[in-house]
Amino acid sequence: MSRSDVLVDSDWVQAHLDDPGVVLVEVDEDTSAYEKGHIRGAVRIDWKTELQDPVRRDFVDKTGFENLLSEKGIANDDLVILYGGNNNWFAAYAYWYFKLYGHQNVKLLDGGRKKWELESRELVEAVPSRPKTNYVAQEQDHAIRAFRDEVVDAIGAKNLVDVRSPDEFSGKLLAPAHLPQEQAQKAGHVPTARNIPWSKAANDDGTFKSDDELKKLYEEAGVDLSKPTIAYCRIGERSSHTWFALHELLGLSDVKNYDGSWTEYGSLIGVPIELGDAK
Amino acid sequence: MSDGCGAPAQTASLPATVDLANEAVIQGTVVREGAPVSGAYARLLDATGEFTGEVVTSDEGIFRFFAAPGDWTIRVLAPGGVSIDSQVTAQVGEIAALEVAI
Repeated sequence: MSRSDVLVDSDWVQAHLDDPGVVLVEVDEDTSAYEKGHIRGAVRIDWKTELQDPVRRDFVDKTGFENLLSEKGIANDDLVILYGGNNNWFAAYAYWYFKLYGHQNVKLLDGGRKKWELESRELVEAVPSRPKTNYVAQEQDHAIRAFRDEVVDAIGAKNLVDVRSPDEFSGKLLAPAHLPQEQAQKAGHVPTARNIPWSKAANDDGTFKSDDELKKLYEEAGVDLSKPTIAYCRIGERSSHTWFALHELLGLSDVKNYDGSWTEYGSLIGVPIELGDAK
Repeated sequence: MSDGCGAPAQTASLPATVDLANEAVIQGTVVREGAPVSGAYARLLDATGEFTGEVVTSDEGIFRFFAAPGDWTIRVLAPGGVSIDSQVTAQVGEIAALEVAI
């Protein structure tokens, strides 16, 4: 797999904005960002209200995903270009989600919304209208999604990559530093996990580091790239970013994202938790 | 759960649900020639220079972090290659305030 199979840069997007068969999708948690301006022609997917089940903690099901993409005017053979704020966390999460439901022709805009903004490129407020499609999704591909029991079984057996900040990993903070810290779950990390914050895979402008830099980063932190890997964070979107780096950029074959992540693991009764630095 | 890890809206006053007694807040404003700059990126780096968080400034140019007590660096990014670092110390129960001129 080469980088151009999974990533496009802002020049490419600028040149292909109006191509038929190319659909730009902005994915954010803060949907007001889209309303203030987005790349011309981009439709919006709301991470919270459109990708998550409204009642249970889980994703929208296959039918829900089909309805969502049909309503957005996205067809099965469209090339979907995802981008978003927060260094593409939610766009990477959506990318993983598109792959989970079998959409193969999907790429990320490298650097996401931040790079586009820092380059002072055009943002518009006009919302495009796309004709409805009849999107057909596949069953979820659990080869890329980890559940809690697999994480417990992976202790000491598989690579566990905790991509939260060092203070969240050690148990000093319970959430990223831009969020209030009072949370229900216990602090710490899964024993034997390596702490490689997602941000180490990205440059200041939000673009991904080179393959060589990424490989060095994970190997130096003690990740055996020949072994299966599970990535997690707090709720699974920062770890989607790292899943993308490991599975899509470095091309490792067995990498799963644990979307339950720390908000699930840290609330489980009786599972082992480690505090402090990686042992 | 369901709230993501993304940054909430950056408002001038603390959200009503937040008890400052339990938080070490770092809050600031990004200004250009005295006027607030919205849409700039504020990055929080820990004492070793490690990235910890990032928010986008509000219409009033405001950014806010809920940090741990200690020394931090705020790096502000804006179009035109602007990248400015400022040092700040956070303490529980206090708002460490700063202004970053770009």
